[in-house]
Parts: sequence; C-alpha cells; structure tokens
Amino acid sequence: MEIVNFTPITSLFGGLLIGLAAVLLMASVGRIMGATGILSAAIFAEDDRMWRWALLAGMVSGPALYLLITGNWPEVTVPVSTPALLLGGLLVGLGVSYGSGCTSGHGVCGLARLSPRSLAAVATFMAATALTVYVVRHVLGG
Amino acid sequence: MRLLSVYLVGLVFGLGISISGMANPEKVLNFFDVAGTWDPSLAFVMGGAVAVAFAGYRFVLRRPGPTFDHMFHLPQNRRVDAKLLAGSAVFGVGWGIAGFCPGGAIPALGTGRIEVILFTLAMIGGMVIARYINTHFGARLQTPGGPALHQPAAHGPITQAPKGPAPNTNS
Repeated sequence: MEIVNFTPITSLFGGLLIGLAAVLLMASVGRIMGATGILSAAIFAEDDRMWRWALLAGMVSGPALYLLITGNWPEVTVPVSTPALLLGGLLVGLGVSYGSGCTSGHGVCGLARLSPRSLAAVATFMAATALTVYVVRHVLGG
Repeated sequence: MRLLSVYLVGLVFGLGISISGMANPEKVLNFFDVAGTWDPSLAFVMGGAVAVAFAGYRFVLRRPGPTFDHMFHLPQNRRVDAKLLAGSAVFGVGWGIAGFCPGGAIPALGTGRIEVILFTLAMIGGMVIARYINTHFGARLQTPGGPALHQPAAHGPITQAPKGPAPNTNS
C-alpha cells in the first residue's frame, strides 16, 4: 500500500461545505440534499421542478466559483476509458434509481438522520465500489 | 427569493464538491484502492459532511417548518429491502468503474469536460431505463410492503413512479 495525494484539510473543508449545503436545503425548502433525487425529479417530476433546476444550476456553478477564489479549475482527472465511463454511468443511473439514493442522499443526509436504510445502502455501495476498484485495477488490470 | 436561495445552496454544495476532490475520479478511485495507491482524503469529506449535517439537522428540524415550504419532506421508509441493497450494489459497481457518483458529476459538469458530460448522459440513460422498467413491469418488481406512499393500485401496474409528495408551493 502506498498513500498518495493525501489532502485531509481541504477535503475536510469541502466536506463541511457539503454538510452545510444539506442543512441549508432542509432549512429553506425542507428537502434532502440528494443528487440522485434532485436530478431525477428535475427531469421526470410532473411539477415543482423549478427549485430543483435552480439547485442544479448552483451545483454546476461550483467549479466557476472555485476558479474565482483559487485561480484554477478544480482538478478533474479521468483515469478510465470512454467505454468504462459510459458503462459506469449507466450502472450508476440504474443503481441509484433502485437504491433510492447515492453518496449525498444516503451517505450524507441519510447517515446524519441515522436512517437504517441509508446505513445499509452506504455499507453496500462502499463495499461494492471497493471490490470493483480492486477487481478492475489488480485482477483485470494486472 | 426561494429560487435564489436554492441556487446559493447549490453553489455551496458545488464549491464543497470542487474543494473536496469528489469531482475528481482519480482521487475517488484512489480512495477505494487500499491495496494500491491509497488516498484516504475522502473519509474526511464524508466525516465532515455527516458531522455538520447531523448537528445542523437537529437544529433545523426543531423549527416548525422550512422557510419556503409548509413542511419538511423527510423519507419515512426505514425498511431495508432487496431492492435497496441490489440497487446500491449496482451503483457501487458503476462508481468503481467510472469514478463519478451523481453528487460529484453534476458539479463537475461546470468544468465543461467532455468526459463528465458523457458520464452524466449515460447516468441519465440508466435512470430512464429504470423508470421504463418500473412503468412497464413495476407491479412484478414492487417490493412487498414497500413505502406506503408509493403503493401501486391493487388492480394494475404503476403508470408513473412518484418521486415523493409534490406540495403546492409557488416557485
């Protein structure tokens, strides 16, 4: 094992902002800050979609604000092939639909509410992700 | 006022994701690669976010209601079922393959990178397929004793998958 690019301070600070956003969304419109639910309902819900699009617009503006503050775009390095990106995206879309949430909805909001469903979901997807990375990098990748 | 506030909340989230490294698949995949090039940073993202949300929710949920709605919309379902676990497992496999989760990819769209756009389109494709399956085969796949709010009519398949109650609020 080799530890690389460890950024505990900035990552903790980013995490605090993510948690703050979850609290502010609950205080303003009374909703769970889950990227899956927000995106899915922004596209598919029959009404009350405006605030969801406003939230998504804010989320997408995040990197530009980061650029304004730091002078650089946030780093986005994609170490996987385009087919892997598409297959992964498809599975993520299917999985979060059936699993009713992802890292933000279950992982942040659900755990903060001590929801047994979210705890089970988080334990399952973290284990599945770690196993997949192991297989892709150390079994298939050699 | 309501939309501006929500936009700013999204901005805080997007900035947090940008700072934390969650928008960077290389960092995310390294977090899970304990056997190889391990980057423990994301544990700090999760820890910080959950700690703030835990404390903040306790404070906010004690109020009579949110500022721009008449009630808090909290998931009532606490049942752990096969659909939840299978869906979460499939999500994990996809996350492990691509390195993006929905909350990381949406802010990352703001960088305009083609990889993020491709991932997001594929992810929306997956959501569309899940909805199609629910619509056409929903009655058979419905978990017994699932969330009461989402119970299908006893006499037919679900014609639409409800995504939580829709309050009559003015945008």
